Amino acid sequence: MANSTTAKTKPSEPLVEPTPMTLMTVAAPAIAWLIPGAGHLIQKRWIRGGLLMASIVAMFLLGLTMQGRVYKPNGGDILDMLGFVGNLGGGGLYILTRTLDWGHGAIAHATADYGTKFLIVAGLLNFIAVADAYHIAIGKKP
Amino acid sequence: MTIQLSHFSSAILFAMFASVVFGITQRTTPREMIRYGLYCFAMFTGGVLVAGWAMWLIRR
Repeated sequence: MANSTTAKTKPSEPLVEPTPMTLMTVAAPAIAWLIPGAGHLIQKRWIRGGLLMASIVAMFLLGLTMQGRVYKPNGGDILDMLGFVGNLGGGGLYILTRTLDWGHGAIAHATADYGTKFLIVAGLLNFIAVADAYHIAIGKKP
Repeated sequence: MTIQLSHFSSAILFAMFASVVFGITQRTTPREMIRYGLYCFAMFTGGVLVAGWAMWLIRR
């Protein structure tokens, strides 16, 4: 009979160690969501943070000035719900827009729909920036 | 205040902002970030031009 002890050995443990939770691993994504680019700025990634902030904020503001529509929480059409999720990624920009009651999207010209898309994509890009800020905080990315 | 952009200028601005975010978030070194950002911008812009000419051909 073959060596029976080898068959009883446990499979090797995964080599990935759990990331220790620090203040930065929680604060960086939260602040990054609330203020686009700020998650990088508080980790002293000045240029990256500044570029992310400029790009996302500019895209969101362009969407508003192009008479884009800001979605509200809804339980209706699936595309409306996805639009709300995209807008929600804007974080503080979305909260500010809703507070000031902007973004009603009175479509008066053909390219106004681009404004709605700009608003959604700005939020989605901010979700990516949030994930990147988290990766920097846990040391996965320099 | 409202802005009326053309289809092309909207697409270029969209490509620029998205490329900046993609470049920064999807690569690790500054050199790779710039290269990937430029690559994304070229793909976005090229895609718009190709799609535009394809629609022009279909319309003919």
